[in-house]
Amino acid sequence: MRDVSIIGIGQTPVREHWEKDLRQLATAAVLAALQDAHVDQVDAIYVGNMLSGELTRQEHLGALIADQLGMSGVAAMKVEAACGAGGSAVHAGYLAIASGQYRRVAVVGVEKMTDLWNGSVTAGLAMAADGEYEAANGISFVGLNALMMRRYMYEYDLVEEDFAPFALNAHKNAVHNPNAMFRKSVTLEQFTKAKKVADPISLFDASPVCDGAAALILSRSENLNGNAARAVAIQASALATDTLALHDRQDPLWLRAVELSSIKAYAQAGVTPQDINLFELHDAFSIVAPMSLEAAGFAPRGAGTYLARDGGISLYGKLPISTMGGLKARGHPIGASGVYQVVEATQQLRGEAGKNQVPNARIAMTQSLGGVAATAATHILKGKN
Amino acid sequence: MKPKREVGIVGYGAYVPRYRIKASEIARVWGGADDGLPIEEKAVPGLDEDTITMSVEAARNALARAQIDPRTLRAVWVGSESHPYAVKPSSTLVAEALGASGAILAGDWQFACKAGTEAMQAAIALVGSEMTDYALAIGMDTAQGRPHDALEYTAGAGGGAYIMGPAENALAVLEGSYSYVTDTPDFFRRAYQHYPEHGNRFTGEPAYFAHTLAATQNFLELMQLTPRDFQWAIFHQPNAKFPLQAAAQLGFTRDQVAPGLLVNKIGNTYAGAALIGMTNVLDNAKPGDRILLVSFGSGAGSDAFSYVVTDKILERRDLAKRTAWYTARRELIDYARYARFRNKLVMN
Amino acid sequence: MADNLAPHWRLRAQRYQLVGNVCLKCDAKFFPPRQVCAKCRGTEFDLFQFSGRGELYSFTTLRSAPAGFEQYAPYSVGMIKLDEGPMVEAMLTDVNEDKLTIGMRVEMVTRKIREEDGERGLLVYGYKFRPSDA
Repeated sequence: MRDVSIIGIGQTPVREHWEKDLRQLATAAVLAALQDAHVDQVDAIYVGNMLSGELTRQEHLGALIADQLGMSGVAAMKVEAACGAGGSAVHAGYLAIASGQYRRVAVVGVEKMTDLWNGSVTAGLAMAADGEYEAANGISFVGLNALMMRRYMYEYDLVEEDFAPFALNAHKNAVHNPNAMFRKSVTLEQFTKAKKVADPISLFDASPVCDGAAALILSRSENLNGNAARAVAIQASALATDTLALHDRQDPLWLRAVELSSIKAYAQAGVTPQDINLFELHDAFSIVAPMSLEAAGFAPRGAGTYLARDGGISLYGKLPISTMGGLKARGHPIGASGVYQVVEATQQLRGEAGKNQVPNARIAMTQSLGGVAATAATHILKGKN
Repeated sequence: MKPKREVGIVGYGAYVPRYRIKASEIARVWGGADDGLPIEEKAVPGLDEDTITMSVEAARNALARAQIDPRTLRAVWVGSESHPYAVKPSSTLVAEALGASGAILAGDWQFACKAGTEAMQAAIALVGSEMTDYALAIGMDTAQGRPHDALEYTAGAGGGAYIMGPAENALAVLEGSYSYVTDTPDFFRRAYQHYPEHGNRFTGEPAYFAHTLAATQNFLELMQLTPRDFQWAIFHQPNAKFPLQAAAQLGFTRDQVAPGLLVNKIGNTYAGAALIGMTNVLDNAKPGDRILLVSFGSGAGSDAFSYVVTDKILERRDLAKRTAWYTARRELIDYARYARFRNKLVMN
Repeated sequence: MADNLAPHWRLRAQRYQLVGNVCLKCDAKFFPPRQVCAKCRGTEFDLFQFSGRGELYSFTTLRSAPAGFEQYAPYSVGMIKLDEGPMVEAMLTDVNEDKLTIGMRVEMVTRKIREEDGERGLLVYGYKFRPSDA
């Protein structure tokens, strides 16, 4: 296995991009990453995306994006793992280089969601779960998370407000991220008064429907093309799965795929949770944050929300999370989010996170989840300083 | 009419949806009713209910009481004027849901409010002729009345399901049945129309009363029975007045009719009306009780049946929810929700 | 022409009767039925019809519905722990949302789940759950 490094990052702002389509977003992000890496060619392209066919009537994104980049001829393919498509594409790109097959690859996550109205997007997202036994019964994706959250609150004797720090922290961090969708902080009062989408999940517990693309240039660590000073090493790339349907889990309150991929990642990187300086987790819904913290080994079972108390997850806390706004406030363009996480972690490890810089950030972890964490793609990155 | 083989009801079940609208609420919307309120309130199906779903639940109740393997059923017949499909049987889906599909007859019956008892007559014949041991007959409706029409006050939802089988296994044994039919256009609905048309007072004397009385009187004469021989009598109940009037003219007392008269609380359930009156009577009858069941369907005709309750009813009637469970559950809705539930809001 | 007829038809035993299966090797029961046992990876099964009785494990009420379900919104959905073990997710019916509680006894009923293609398409029926004492 060869060592793999990130030598370039690129992203579009996360927005409702009325004037841009999927190919424009993806191309813009890759061009920015190529420029950042000072290279103009890759051997392969991995496109993380979930719903291009459903929402924009376009599949075959590998050939499309290679063509749009003027790189027709290279290997290219789409990687789909629902909301975990981005992290899974990074995993594919990592393996392509680690295996020795390719020297340099581009990974781009892209999602164009706003061309269809809300009900179609809701129905599309529900395909992340079991189509025949969850979606077919009218159970939306937010519905599944609400089912988990209600039971979680019941088991651990919590109230909605206990989840507020996750949303408040994400929104606070998004203020200084120019690429974030919601650059406004949220007060506890706003949080508690927010409209319920699927109780107990309110508007501020859920990530928005939006468009965006983020890209990475991955390279063999032995030849960084002059990018040695800013290169970030991928020390672990680990994918794991759980039952697709929430109802098939022995323990619906335990994210087994998160646990498995985290354990694998810690082993690969030779680190423990205590070594992680910041964690870009998959806060598509508030409930996923504490459950991820628990399954990834940062908090005991049922105690995930405690970690968020008293600024524990802020930029200066014990474990900074969602440092650029997270899925909640940077936005969650489904198949792109997992790549945004790695882009943002790279910014932190390079010391380029501006006002959101986590002090002394040396090791970062990202975790991209598909469905109700039926796929978990965990990456551990290490910077130079 | 009497089958060669002794036949009876081996299982029965009721269904009424949980929503109710008061007749006074309907009158409020339309500025009062012309001739006073014909009933107190009526049952309204929920957004996810129709004749198929309601038939399934009533039939499951009947199966529970019959204590038979659904695969021994050889017919599933659903009588209704509100089959969800114009073409595609309700009965095949009901049979599938019961686990009775395969080697089985299935069909939908239509004879306005008599469709359910027509199916019962046929089920009696099928079992009585020894073509089979068990046949299921259902009368179920989610009746619709045109907004501001007199029928809107009464068009309710509900019905009953009956498994007919050999008398040895029956909760109530059939003594005989009768049917009386003429071509009388008192009420009809043309194809592609949402709401039926009715002949107003023409639906009374020449239609409801003529057929109900003729069927009952002829039947009693043939059976050599008198009203005093019956503990209970159930008549089709399009409103609260007609069945009481018919009963009085025939010589039945209010007490004989009362337990089978549900129209005041659930409305006119059309093909289900007489049959759900019967389920409530069976829920409360004693072994040995003789029951008269008389339906009426516009178009027009009446079926009459005489049943004698057996002692098996005591051990089997509580194997499923009683009619009173359904009539007691009650979520009152206003006209706005009623309009939404009954697809009366024009959305485009 | 009507779309999506076969997919609904294929699932009729599951939708109308809660037919799952039971592993002949380890006796684990599954709904929906599986080809490979999730416990012992056995591949031999018998069909098993669940009673439809269970208790509410969790619930929520959806304010905005996925396409195809708009006419029913808002509606409640739940996870139901069946008495025989497996969990199912389904819509909840015949109940007001303020009456829902974790642990309440529920029973399966067959209801209309959705209508394909407005007033022209297939009516889709399947399981929902309601409070046992509703």
